[in-house]
Amino acid sequence: MKMLKPVAVPLIAVGLALGIGAIILAVSGANPIEAYGALIDGSLSSQKTVGRTLEKATPLIMGGLAVAFAFRAGLFNIGGQGQLVVGGIFSAAVGFGFEGLPWIIHAPMALAIGALAGAAWGSIAGILKATRGAHEVITTIMLNFVALNLTDWLASNPWKDEGILSRTPAVEESALIPLWGSFPTGFLVAVAASIGCWYLLERTNLGFEIRSVGLNGDAARYVGISVQRIVIATMAISGLLAGAGGAIETQGVIGRYEPGFNAGLGFNGITIALLARNHPLGVIPAALLIGAMEAGGSMMQFNADVAPEITDIIEALMLLFVATPIVVRWFFSRQEVAEVSVTAGWGSS
Amino acid sequence: MSDLFIRFRWVILTILVFVFVTLFTAEFQQAQTTAVLASALRQSTPLLFGALCGVLCERSGVVNIGIEGQMLLSAFVGFMVASATGSLVAGILAGMATGALMGAGLAGLSVTLQGDQIIAGTVLNIAAFGISSYFFQQGLTLPSGKTSPVSLGPLADLPVIGRVFFINPPLTYLSLILIWLVWFVLFRTRWGLWTRSVGEVPSAAETVGISVARVRYTNLIAGGCLAGLGGAYLSLEAVGSFERMMTNGRGFVALAVMIFGRWNPIGIWGAALLFGYASAVQTQLQFRGWLADDPQFIGMIPYVVCIVVLAGFVGRARPPAAIGQPYSRE
Repeated sequence: MKMLKPVAVPLIAVGLALGIGAIILAVSGANPIEAYGALIDGSLSSQKTVGRTLEKATPLIMGGLAVAFAFRAGLFNIGGQGQLVVGGIFSAAVGFGFEGLPWIIHAPMALAIGALAGAAWGSIAGILKATRGAHEVITTIMLNFVALNLTDWLASNPWKDEGILSRTPAVEESALIPLWGSFPTGFLVAVAASIGCWYLLERTNLGFEIRSVGLNGDAARYVGISVQRIVIATMAISGLLAGAGGAIETQGVIGRYEPGFNAGLGFNGITIALLARNHPLGVIPAALLIGAMEAGGSMMQFNADVAPEITDIIEALMLLFVATPIVVRWFFSRQEVAEVSVTAGWGSS
Repeated sequence: MSDLFIRFRWVILTILVFVFVTLFTAEFQQAQTTAVLASALRQSTPLLFGALCGVLCERSGVVNIGIEGQMLLSAFVGFMVASATGSLVAGILAGMATGALMGAGLAGLSVTLQGDQIIAGTVLNIAAFGISSYFFQQGLTLPSGKTSPVSLGPLADLPVIGRVFFINPPLTYLSLILIWLVWFVLFRTRWGLWTRSVGEVPSAAETVGISVARVRYTNLIAGGCLAGLGGAYLSLEAVGSFERMMTNGRGFVALAVMIFGRWNPIGIWGAALLFGYASAVQTQLQFRGWLADDPQFIGMIPYVVCIVVLAGFVGRARPPAAIGQPYSRE
């Protein structure tokens, strides 16, 4: 029973959300069993669909990690989308801008530049928070809109492909992250990133400082931790993760940057981080679940004639149940719930 | 009153500078100046509704990050109801009810269940996005058209001002009245005193017999009505139809407006006009062909202004002391 405790709340949240989702489907005139059947059919039935689920799950892992990592320092990074598109377009620029490099250099370089661009974008919000006290929830959302405009401009001016579409040229073959049969190799990068985050948070000094700031900023300040430095570093790492997610999407899935580049990430990172209870390794199964729902969404529309947006409702319900304290307290006594509050620091510096 | 002028001198000064710049760039052509100012007022109205919602919530000590979702779902429900019944009034009322219901939901999550307020607000945002996208059907229209402007007699004939302030559709007038109403309620009534004390020191308020939960619930529901009006304004008055994600971040900009206006309805109006102006200039620049090849930089303007304002002012503005903390009797 003790072993089951950490996964009990997410499992119940998922179960309740799917149950209510079925009711909504039934009310709106669809057959829930047929719809969920199509969902599973489109995500898990064959080697190809499983590959598609993994492909969808990869940026979700990175987006979920970005949110979960920032959460551990008490920061709420809603800017994953912006950091992801910035990372995506910079990796595309490196991908099409260099010719004749060997794969072993070109692909990692594009990935690294994309990740660093995401880190730079994320650290803007960190710097504004640390030096000016501007709350990251608002600044990261505003930076999302700025990032979308900026990447749109880059893709329609300096880095534009020939032709009328606002998109970058296709990246060189030497920058691609290849498919291995139907298995997307980028998924391995995401899993490695999860393990890296776990190690950083649980086994290093920086991780200890990040967790201290998240649990009690004042106490951390008294023992000599520079809270400002941790805030900036955390937002930079969080942006790095999201930026790397965008780079993998460019190099492994789309092959270039184009409008509507992973518009699907949106708020999913938050749902995934909370389902994982902010544990870096828990992010992987949570992202696989959401990834399967996304991969199966089109099949659901095709076979059961259900609008794929139902998955957005189910995800909101999951978030609702996983974040509702009363559900959590069915399983944990008050002392065990050492939750990080993200509302701390609202409006004050 | 003079006290207010001193407190908001920066907001007032900024607006004056902007008005001057408008007059200057329009080369004193009255028609253009009027067009920019009228557009600034139109763009500021949804922000004003959202920020007034925010101020009611935050003055009672609850962060409402879900204004975006409240406005989006209200815009959707308001449009669907108005489209089905053919009555704009029914649509507006449905929008208000939707906002109020979501406000009650936020209160349930953050006051009764004492959950994290920012996560509770995020739940509202995601739910509103999912529900409005799932149930939206393309091709619906408003049989009655959108709300039409009402001219206020002789006042409308005044140069510039008349066209800007006195020929407007009904919800715009309502927003201008609500500024003063919310200000009066917050600073001149017993309810306002209760609200502010609950937002500053809830334990002291409870000691003198004020129910913290009741004050917070009421303010969140009333604020929800205002956010609902903001949503109804977008779909029924500004655009006349519903589009996915039509709020486009306005609910979050409204929070910045509230902070820039220092949690005071009159300051909020000034701040909302400033942001509205940033958006109005955007269309004006496009119209005049400046930066015509790079419209994306124009598109960034409102969001960059929002970031700059937050970074510049947040540190100096003081939020209600008990903001964000769930209250439980010991």
